[in-house]
Amino acid sequence: MEDKEKKDIFDRIWNFLASVKLAVFVLITLALSSIIGTIVEQRAEPATNIKLLSKFFSDDTAPTVFNIFVKLGFMDMYHSWWFVSLLVLFSINLIVCSLERFPKTLRLVKSPLKPLSENAIKTLPVKKEVRVKTNLKTARDEVFNSLTAAKYNVSEATEENAVQLYSQKGRYTRLGVYIVHLSILLIFIGAIIGARFGFRGFLNLPEGDTSSVAYASGGKVFPLGFAVKCNWYNTKYYSEIDMPQEFQSELVIIDGGREVVKKTIEVNDPLTYKGITFYQSSYGMVPNAIGDFILRVAPAGGQEKELRLGTGESFEISGTNIKGTIVNFSPALTRDRNTGALTSYSENMVNPAVAIELDEPGKDKYVAWFLNRYPERGYLEDGSYIKFQDYWGVEYTGLQVAKDPGVGIIYFACIIMTLGLYAAFFMSHKKLWVRLTSEKGFVRIAIGGSASKNRLSLERDIEKMLSKASQAIEERHPEKK
Amino acid sequence: MSSSTFFGISELSYFIAMATYIGYIAFRKKAIGVTATTITIFGFLNQSIALLIRWVDSYYFWVASTPATTFIESILRAAPLRNLYESLVFFVWSLVLIHLIMEFKYKNRTMGAFTMPVAALALAFIDISGTSKEIQPLIPALQSNWLLFHVLLSFLGYAAFGVSFGTAAAYLVMVTDSRKEKSYIFWTIIIGVFLVILIAMGVDFFSLTSAQRDELIQSYFLKATFRSQSGSIVAVSWVTAAVFIFVIWRFGLGLKKILTSLSITPGMLDEITYKSIAIGFPLFTIGGLLMGAIWANSAWGKYWTWDPKETWSLITWFVYALYLHARFVAGWRGKRVAILAVIGFVAVIFTYLGVNLLLSGLHAYGG
Repeated sequence: MEDKEKKDIFDRIWNFLASVKLAVFVLITLALSSIIGTIVEQRAEPATNIKLLSKFFSDDTAPTVFNIFVKLGFMDMYHSWWFVSLLVLFSINLIVCSLERFPKTLRLVKSPLKPLSENAIKTLPVKKEVRVKTNLKTARDEVFNSLTAAKYNVSEATEENAVQLYSQKGRYTRLGVYIVHLSILLIFIGAIIGARFGFRGFLNLPEGDTSSVAYASGGKVFPLGFAVKCNWYNTKYYSEIDMPQEFQSELVIIDGGREVVKKTIEVNDPLTYKGITFYQSSYGMVPNAIGDFILRVAPAGGQEKELRLGTGESFEISGTNIKGTIVNFSPALTRDRNTGALTSYSENMVNPAVAIELDEPGKDKYVAWFLNRYPERGYLEDGSYIKFQDYWGVEYTGLQVAKDPGVGIIYFACIIMTLGLYAAFFMSHKKLWVRLTSEKGFVRIAIGGSASKNRLSLERDIEKMLSKASQAIEERHPEKK
Repeated sequence: MSSSTFFGISELSYFIAMATYIGYIAFRKKAIGVTATTITIFGFLNQSIALLIRWVDSYYFWVASTPATTFIESILRAAPLRNLYESLVFFVWSLVLIHLIMEFKYKNRTMGAFTMPVAALALAFIDISGTSKEIQPLIPALQSNWLLFHVLLSFLGYAAFGVSFGTAAAYLVMVTDSRKEKSYIFWTIIIGVFLVILIAMGVDFFSLTSAQRDELIQSYFLKATFRSQSGSIVAVSWVTAAVFIFVIWRFGLGLKKILTSLSITPGMLDEITYKSIAIGFPLFTIGGLLMGAIWANSAWGKYWTWDPKETWSLITWFVYALYLHARFVAGWRGKRVAILAVIGFVAVIFTYLGVNLLLSGLHAYGG
């Protein structure tokens, strides 16, 4: 008696967890609660959200509401205990309902198809009947061929003066929905592995610097197990406008004292080494840094040379008597619209320019600006040129550093979810029964079928099969034409 | 001819087609129906040419700034899907494509009267939102092979959802017959809010100086009405909106009379709603969510960040998943599932436009 009661309770809980009611509840609750986190800014400074709340509540009550929201976990909602619990409930529901339904579906898929009586065929959702002038054997063979050609799996039953071909295809598409459910669970598993064993941090690396650690958002140090060096960082602009075309850094991986990998990374093109990936994510100026001016100079028609100079340092273009001295730098040179004076319009290297005092034979000394983004303007009168390559060592590259051992599972889940969705929505389980009855020199072909979805496609299958078979039958009886 | 000429022709064709489809269901003459389809196909071809020309123009634009990329890569980078304007145009194209496919597949012209208005609303949105129509350079985050496939599949999904919205709303109109019914109140409010926002955007558009129109739409969205600096304008806007919705509620039953006098049955509308969602759901899941996650992982190192755009697409996914399960497993029928289909598209619109207009996040480029 007691055992039975226990079993009842267990059954009840099991049925509740498998129920579509729970699925409906979880989906609605997830959808509604997710909205909160898109309005309240997540993991933000308290002031940001108090300001947001004061739009809806008075200035006095906003901080109180904010505190209530904090208690409810709204400020980091998607990681709060209740949201995670909802996701767990969602997973349990998914698992239990799949376990509950899968064996039934599998039985349906595995159970052999049986021949049907003529009356039963006539009651099927899709049906058609034709009479063909031929003998039973020919008709049977051609219908069989056309069904097989359409990838139907055909069985046969012989009756008196009649043959029945019963066939099906796509029965495994009924399992598509379980594959989709499984892939959702795999995504959760991948996410848990990533959260448990992965790392996500950042590294701001000045040009020329090397680091063997990255930092998590709380300032926690994460050892890489090797070293990464930034050779240079560069923002490439579309010509003539200040719109960035690409953010690039050249990174070098140093492992065991050797340079093992060198790659220029860009947004959408990161560098991965030993499971750790470096993403181009931001950039900036190193405060108070003094860098090197890298110039590429050549006499008219002569060999180009790369020079590395500091402010105040001089150089000579070989083969000419032209001397230059670096006198000034601007990270973003422009001419002031009102005064006409040269000025910088940004702290960042948007339009870097170097001023060089030139000393040419037979001329007074003069100062010229050389712009990094417009190297074609670097030609001097005699055909020699000075190109301003970079002011190196003053920028840093902002790298996102991530290690996620769960990503492989996520990608695998994406692939099988795609296949599962395709099977579940774009394919169907079709069954066809064809009964051929011999009637005095004619054969009556009665066809009936059903499909798990997309009846139109089954109707098309029948039309195709019939026309193919009747054409083949006609070809076999040329004398009767 | 330039792409804008072809686009103008297609825009005009869609509006005429919408009127013709409505004429078709009103008079039930086959000739009118054939004309409606012909005009739609004509508009669609024009828009396809317009898109192609824009793509070719963008190709030369891209190659001029980046000569080093390969032919295939340049074509992918030149896909006209860079900003709000291009994505809206592409949405309309997808919607008409899905509509034509459904029309030929189900040999039923009546649904044109419900899907073409959605296309026309989107076109109206493009014009009154005053979004920039210039070909713009591609920002670094969008320079990925995923851009084309992610946007293409998501939008075909959105378009299929758009069709289901049109038919589900029409279904609700047809099956409600009392102003007190919850479903009736629901559809009148939803349609009312849609129209109010569209009209408010029109007010934005006409109250702006041409210099302001060059700014991002985010900076002036609803600023002339509901988000105005002046409190009295805000109050007047709300009152007007309430009155407007009340009028729709008061006279909405008339719409039912029109629909019932036509050869449309609620069963047919319900069937088309389901079929469109059955096409849209897998496309949106694969193209929007999965490809988006894979792309995010290769660009930012994280496949999911609970960014508002991501979260809203997940909310949309929850709603349509709910629709499918409610209908197939829980056995919901009729008004309840139609309401879900309508809510689903409201979530689509919020995912697509609302997030970009009202919230901030990583996905800030109008797509």
